[in-house]
Amino acid sequence: MRIDVNAFLGAYPFRRVPGTSPDAVVAAMDRVGIDEAWVSHLPGIFWRDPTEGNAWLLETTRRSPRLQAVPAIHPGLAHWDDALARACDAGAPAVRADPTFYGIDPAGLEMRDLVAACAAVDMPLTLAVRLEDGRQRHPNDGAPELPASAVRALVRSDAGARLLVTHADRPFVEEVHFGSTPAEASRIWWDICWIWGPPEDHLQTLLRTMGSERFLVGTGQPLRLPENAGAKLDLLELTAEQRTAIEAGNAASLRRRPN
Amino acid sequence: MLIDVHAHFLHDRTPRADWRERNASRLRAGERVGITVHVASILGSWGRTSPTYFPSVADLRYANDFLLAYQRDHPGRVRGYVTVNPNYTAESLAEIGRCLDAGMIGIKLAASRRADDPLLDPICQSAAERGVPVLHHIWQHRRRDYPGQEASDARELAELARRHPAVPFLLAHIGGGGDWLHSLPVIRDLPNVLVDLSGSGVDGGMLEACIAAVGVERLLWGCDLTIETGWAKLRYLSHLLPPDELELVGWRNAARVFPPGAFPSD
Repeated sequence: MRIDVNAFLGAYPFRRVPGTSPDAVVAAMDRVGIDEAWVSHLPGIFWRDPTEGNAWLLETTRRSPRLQAVPAIHPGLAHWDDALARACDAGAPAVRADPTFYGIDPAGLEMRDLVAACAAVDMPLTLAVRLEDGRQRHPNDGAPELPASAVRALVRSDAGARLLVTHADRPFVEEVHFGSTPAEASRIWWDICWIWGPPEDHLQTLLRTMGSERFLVGTGQPLRLPENAGAKLDLLELTAEQRTAIEAGNAASLRRRPN
Repeated sequence: MLIDVHAHFLHDRTPRADWRERNASRLRAGERVGITVHVASILGSWGRTSPTYFPSVADLRYANDFLLAYQRDHPGRVRGYVTVNPNYTAESLAEIGRCLDAGMIGIKLAASRRADDPLLDPICQSAAERGVPVLHHIWQHRRRDYPGQEASDARELAELARRHPAVPFLLAHIGGGGDWLHSLPVIRDLPNVLVDLSGSGVDGGMLEACIAAVGVERLLWGCDLTIETGWAKLRYLSHLLPPDELELVGWRNAARVFPPGAFPSD
């Protein structure tokens, strides 16, 4: 069993990306041995109201049981709590917010309210550090990357918060993990999408210093090749237990369980 | 057979205390991926006693010597590019001659001088005379100057390649950050420029764009700083390409542009 907690459906506004349809993403999952993917609506991240992509996402994933919807919540918009309630009703494993793309303070009051609301219903909140390498972004794609300080602030803002942070590199992960108390750090999960393998061995180092229970398979597909996650895992020295945890067990523990 | 055309090693006079571990990790990961030969360079002292992209002559000589020794210690697995700083013309030409005579198989130019600068001409003439390729560090679409390097992009490399049509140029790390969509059309009609697929970027659509722009005969597989991304691209290419074309990218194109006998079964 392998779960990809970081995948997208739909077109990317800043360049043509092949394979963004639900069928194409499922085909890519078959190609690389992914059983289940938690998918976000990619174009919605850039919309004024990102929750407008949620209905399509929920309907699409209802028809494709291997895809699990991660609806977007914009805590700066009125009635955002309705979107969270709908995500709960739909059995979403997590929700997401992209504050820097929404133009709101990533650690501000609105985001803290969202974190508290998610905690109250035991819903993990997904935060992406970035979607593309900063050196190649479109000249009009000027949203800042998520700062590590925001993750630290958000996890401290509510004792029940559970955060899934995607697209973080080793320095970011270490800054947040070792800049948090053990209790806070235990409520943050990291996908391996942006963490380097050999010869720098960043992922191997993090697994040794932080433990394998904090890491999950995330691909960032179709913006990134999903083959990268499997190649990275195949280059690690892992016990079968560790590998199972990273590939599926940790995601199973993280996901929201419907009441 | 699989050739990584863009590898690096570290040595004892770099800032990295873990240099042995990193070198060993590259070789160990290479075994797992199936890399037959790592074609590598060392950029001087990697910043310890002169800047990475503006290495001193002394640092380059030490690094090139280390790589020659490493090549001797790992026969058949490691081959070297001689790295030079074109601001030192006479010393560069001497170093190229010395290191190629000692068994290196290519020239590495990083970012000490813009690729279209006339100072690169004698180095490229030397490459032509010796029949070796030039691997040139490239920033995919340089929109401004970046501190610590005089980086070139595909436009400047194309200018150099036009002046030296007999020299194969390897456009470094198309996945190494920057806008690869800018680089590919620039070099489309330059048959002596090949695309090195290395870099940490594994963007969806990038490999398809490379194939469409220059064809499989001008693609070279490599890793640079991240072996897992190289392996991911190789795995994806195995779905995109028939086996004979995958062999071109994986090693046959490299065997064509490097000197005869550069690789074990060549």
